Amino acid sequence: MSENRLEIRNLHARIEGGAEILKGVDLVVPAGEVHALMGQNGSGKSTLAKVMAGDPSYEITEGDILIDGQSILEMEPDERAREGLYLAFQYPVEVPGVSIANFLRLALNARREEDDEIGVMEFYEKLQRAVKELNWDDSIIERNLHEGFSGGEKKRSEILQLLVLEPKYAILDETDSGLDVDALKVVSQGVNAARGENFGALVITHYQRLLNYIVPDKVHVMSEGRIIKTGEKELAMELDGKGYDWIKGEIASSAAPA
Amino acid sequence: MKEDLVADAPMQHPDADKLVGMEHEKQYDFQLPENYFYRSEKGLDARVIEKISYFKGEPQWMLDFRLKALEIAEKKGPPKWGPDLSGLNFEDIYFYIRPQEKQGTSKSWDDIPEEVRETYRRLGIPEAEQKVLAGVGAQYESEMVYHNLKEEWEKQGVIFLDTDTGLKEHPEIFKEYFATVVPPEDNYYAAVNSAVWSGGSFVYVPAGVDVDVPLQAYFLLNAQQIGQFERTLIIVEPGAKAHYIEGCTAPTYDSDSFHSGVIEIIAKENSNVRYSTIQNWSHNVYNLVTQRAMVYDNASMGWLDGNLGSKVTMKYPSCYLVGNGAHGEVLSIAFAGDGQHQDAGAKVIHAAPNTTSSVVSKSISKGSGTSSYRGLVQIHEGATNAKSNVECDALLLDETSKTNTYPYIEINEKTAHVGHEATVSKLNEEQIFYLQSRGLAEDEAMALIVRGFLEPVAKELPLEYAVELNRLIELEMEGSVG
Repeated sequence: MSENRLEIRNLHARIEGGAEILKGVDLVVPAGEVHALMGQNGSGKSTLAKVMAGDPSYEITEGDILIDGQSILEMEPDERAREGLYLAFQYPVEVPGVSIANFLRLALNARREEDDEIGVMEFYEKLQRAVKELNWDDSIIERNLHEGFSGGEKKRSEILQLLVLEPKYAILDETDSGLDVDALKVVSQGVNAARGENFGALVITHYQRLLNYIVPDKVHVMSEGRIIKTGEKELAMELDGKGYDWIKGEIASSAAPA
Repeated sequence: MKEDLVADAPMQHPDADKLVGMEHEKQYDFQLPENYFYRSEKGLDARVIEKISYFKGEPQWMLDFRLKALEIAEKKGPPKWGPDLSGLNFEDIYFYIRPQEKQGTSKSWDDIPEEVRETYRRLGIPEAEQKVLAGVGAQYESEMVYHNLKEEWEKQGVIFLDTDTGLKEHPEIFKEYFATVVPPEDNYYAAVNSAVWSGGSFVYVPAGVDVDVPLQAYFLLNAQQIGQFERTLIIVEPGAKAHYIEGCTAPTYDSDSFHSGVIEIIAKENSNVRYSTIQNWSHNVYNLVTQRAMVYDNASMGWLDGNLGSKVTMKYPSCYLVGNGAHGEVLSIAFAGDGQHQDAGAKVIHAAPNTTSSVVSKSISKGSGTSSYRGLVQIHEGATNAKSNVECDALLLDETSKTNTYPYIEINEKTAHVGHEATVSKLNEEQIFYLQSRGLAEDEAMALIVRGFLEPVAKELPLEYAVELNRLIELEMEGSVG
């Protein structure tokens, strides 16, 4: 069995001092695959995303998260990033006065040895390729990080960063929310461009709509802090048609004593 | 009298400073050796002032001016407002010190003493410096030891000298403008500076001359307990343009130190003047500076003021907009770390019609540091259609640091447009997490947020200074990660 995968084992987590939100999540995303994680509001999807990235406001009470067989649980968020994990935020913050270009160069260099900084030309070529992939104007790289960005632009920026930083594993937290169809296509195009045998992704979404553009290898359904069902891409369609209550009912009946 | 004046003066030995303050009779020679050392006794009185003036070989009018200023200072006494200055004790301060190096103007980098160059190197200055060496003036302890003016400027009639040499070589221009913008009566520290001033820059730009390369003066302060009282006088004639840059960085000492400069600028009709400074005094320095510009018809004056380091800073660069259509700008940055109080701001006086001004102040406080914005916008009656906009933003890096805002606005003219906006923000956990999630370590993330916060001001700096500012901010941020 290949070790190249993002793995979540029996993960329990809560807001520091609060009630448990993740109640034993098990999930594996092998390198080279894109998985969708679906679920209703409050099911714990975004919490899972933030916990994986190392958000300090959450406390992990049990379980483990592994990248290619190595536990990242004790790592700071930046160490996790340098191990190849990337989170596309649902609500990316603004960082005034910091241009996208400067920020990404710092972020790239943070992954490299001190005496091996990326060349300026090499960097700009890489950045411009990513900008083009997202049908964006070159001038975007001189704008300050998300300052005055529309919701759609922020989402696009998250994918731009993904393309430049080339993580091994990406978690996309409701990247589709608030996007119109055109923006959705562009963002999906970016994610699809990143696909390859050395890239795994967990795409979190409410809606099946996104999965028309980013076709997943597997679909997981989350409810009340657990993965309650895993299936093929058709599961998303089915879910879209029948709703979450259908699946909950199905689980309940299958879990009922025979 | 003369015997007294030089009793402790002509010492040639490098360890001469160790002898200062000891009682001993000394044979002296009126032919002062080229390489000599002099330091005043501690404290401030008329005798010290007479010695300073004597050693500088000044004209009588300057000595009289100094003595008068001392009287004014004694009458005024220190200000009763602002930060705590109780740690500042004049009895413990040398008001004048002269370096052992040959006095006068050095013509090349090679003439700069090795230990001075070493200090520059340690501060990481040289890369930026060497490129612009030809135009650099540097103050070492209390005197200029290095000064080189670009040839083309000389041809254009631009004067760029240390202030003492300026007084000697251009007495007419000097006397006409000196102390006209900041008279000793202005405030206590201006009076003290007027009494004991030494060094600083003297700049004269003739009408219509565009000085396209910034005039730069680095000065250092690196002996214990030296008062630095630089006095800079910049005169820019009608239609001329100049950018003066002063940076200063000081290593650490054991005891409190005092810096009180006076900067006077005359920006005549249609001129364009910028004065940029980044100061990084060691954390025991009291930095009390008066910076003021007189701005005439349609002239534009810009202050860029960066205050890092020091124990207490009180500094309010000001623009007196006295001519129709004059424009004044103050951009300021303050970083108050542990135990520091940065009381900085701006003062803009609109005394003529159609004058405009803009103030942007950015302060950062950390640990037990306090930063205050103290600003005055005054619009005189008859200064019709004046416009002023003030924006001050404070960033707190933790729970313990403090910030204050004291904006004073006095409007005596109905047609005035005055805007004031102030924000206080705390270093945002979400921003830090976001940046960390992209691979930046926590301290790098914090430094980046701070740099971004300062960016609207930092972008106005020439690149090498912006780089140095970033380096200083990173140093200040060290140990911020809790």
